[in-house]
Amino acid sequence: MTTLSIENLGVKVGDQQILDGVSLEVSSGQVHAIMGPNGSGKSTLSNAIMGKPGYRVTSGSITLDGQDLSSLPTWERAQAGLFLAMQYPTEVPGVSLRETLELALRARGKVNIDVKSRLLEEAGRIGLRVELLDRPVNVDLSGGEKKRNETAQLAVLDPQIAVLDELDSGLDIDALRACAERIEALTDSGLGVLCITHYHRLLDYLPADQVHVLVDGRIVDSGGPDLALELENEGYARFLTSNVESAGVTVSIGGLGAAKEVSKPDSDDPFPDPLA
Amino acid sequence: MSLFQLPSGGQSVGSLAFQERRNSARQKADEAGLPSFEEEIWRYTPIADLDVSKYQLGAPGGSMVDFGLTAGLDEEAAAVIHIVDGQVVSISVHDEAVTVLTDGTEFENLIGSVMQTGADVFSDYNFAFCNAPIVIHIASNAAIADPVLIRQHTTTDGLAWFPRVLVHVGENSEATVVEHQTSPNIDALVCPVTELKVNQAGRLRYLTVQEHGPRIWQIATQMAEIDRDAHLAVSQIALGGEYARARIETKMIGQGSSGNISAVYFGRANAQHDFRTFQRHNAPHTNSNLLFKGVVDDRSRAIYTGLIRIEPDAAGVNAYQTNRTLKLSDEAWAESVPNLEIENNDVRCSHASAVGPIDQDQRFYLESRGVPAETAEALIVRGFFGDVLDQLPVAAVSDAVNARIGELLALDGQGQQT
Repeated sequence: MTTLSIENLGVKVGDQQILDGVSLEVSSGQVHAIMGPNGSGKSTLSNAIMGKPGYRVTSGSITLDGQDLSSLPTWERAQAGLFLAMQYPTEVPGVSLRETLELALRARGKVNIDVKSRLLEEAGRIGLRVELLDRPVNVDLSGGEKKRNETAQLAVLDPQIAVLDELDSGLDIDALRACAERIEALTDSGLGVLCITHYHRLLDYLPADQVHVLVDGRIVDSGGPDLALELENEGYARFLTSNVESAGVTVSIGGLGAAKEVSKPDSDDPFPDPLA
Repeated sequence: MSLFQLPSGGQSVGSLAFQERRNSARQKADEAGLPSFEEEIWRYTPIADLDVSKYQLGAPGGSMVDFGLTAGLDEEAAAVIHIVDGQVVSISVHDEAVTVLTDGTEFENLIGSVMQTGADVFSDYNFAFCNAPIVIHIASNAAIADPVLIRQHTTTDGLAWFPRVLVHVGENSEATVVEHQTSPNIDALVCPVTELKVNQAGRLRYLTVQEHGPRIWQIATQMAEIDRDAHLAVSQIALGGEYARARIETKMIGQGSSGNISAVYFGRANAQHDFRTFQRHNAPHTNSNLLFKGVVDDRSRAIYTGLIRIEPDAAGVNAYQTNRTLKLSDEAWAESVPNLEIENNDVRCSHASAVGPIDQDQRFYLESRGVPAETAEALIVRGFFGDVLDQLPVAAVSDAVNARIGELLALDGQGQQT
């Protein structure tokens, strides 16, 4: 039994306070969904959990079974049992997927896993074309193929807790179903999931035990699976319009201006590719 | 006053006319003297530190000992030429379409025909003093499947020598040549000149592997002419040397010709890599594509300057130039200066250059899988060279260079390539 515990988490990116007092707990076998409007801090939460450079924890803690992760480098968090399925998986030219996973598993002392056959097996389960496994990591993959690739890697790496940052974006309905059902099956064998999404349909195949609503960097409501349906039908209006000032804060907290948020939701990456 | 003194009795070979050509190159160089870093083409260089009085011309010659990155190519080579300290050690030819010339009328007519006057004082001295010059002649209408391998090894401390190679590819022929420069940890000056001539509809792939010891000064010049509908791919792998300069000039002189120019360089300790490239489009409907990728680590330095020159008559040209350098340490330094001179309106040209650190998103991605930080960086750096290495003409050399880069990054023995 593993528990990821986030307590009173505050996170700054640059000078912007993006998260302010977020608390939640995800344990083995559970699925927690985080929903919320663009710019509310969902991707910041996932990046902060994984320790992305530029995301500064200003208060609170992130612990895995009592071990404080917040000062550890990203790879040590992964080795402790976390996995992040990224919203926009990064292309890494010239780097083989198989070698990446072999090195990751070897660093954890898992040397007896046949990564090649495991990848083939997982690719088959979720309809990822096997020839894509020979491409450099994510290079020239479509958005949907990248998400399938993240799912396959998740299954091969077999973490304790997985954070899924909009796994459903870019996936067609069949792929969404295949990926979500694969992850659901992993929860049966103990995987805990923190699932960030805009849409209820992901939760149709990966049912959530708990749904949290993140607005302005705070969890403003939590509830059972019905909350996700309600949000899908009614939107976030009741969280946004109840307080006009708060709606104004949403824009400024995003820090990027409303126009930019519309063009690329949650794009608060402080490190654009210097060679791009 | 000559910068270099010939040992008595040396170098008086060939016809009188040929000796006269060599003498006049020597006179031109003597008059010019050493360049200054104030000249644009020597900007950023340590050329003022070059003390030629340290070096002597002429050495007894030695034997090949270390085949390094080209080990294992011999069995499948169309020809193997070994030159040590300016002496021919062996020439073996296994393909009847390949002729290796070291003297005679045809040799004298060809050598110096692509670079008729030196690009600088070092290439002039090369013509004056070139030791064991080699002409490799590929017959017309021949496809040479296996590479021609030239190993030029330097073993004598304090030696200055001037390797010279000319490759002449006959019409409608295809060939691959690998030139491998090696040396142990000695202090020597090596100034090679390579002339490449690709005749109509010919195809040549020319790979230079520079694997010198850490104290070598190398000042290399490559000049290429590509005739109508012909294609040339030149690649440089530059791993060694204290100061390793390569001036690479590619002239598209025939309509429909094309040139592909690429390089991988890896600087460590105090090494300086210096590349000066020229893509000269003298004819219409010609293409060139340049991709140079390098790493500067420790206190190493890298300089890239490149010119795309498109002459007024050269319509319908596509010319591209990209230089990217990864900077792995705060004390490393790299400069990249692309230039365009375009005299025709009907062209497509672009250049891009960047010097920067490892991409933080890429590192975060690999780390988020659980790859330790240093390993992730090493994977990214090795992978950065992947697109250039994939295009090298000899797969065995690509693999060897890839493995060597992995060793330099302490990636050896970990993981497997797919």
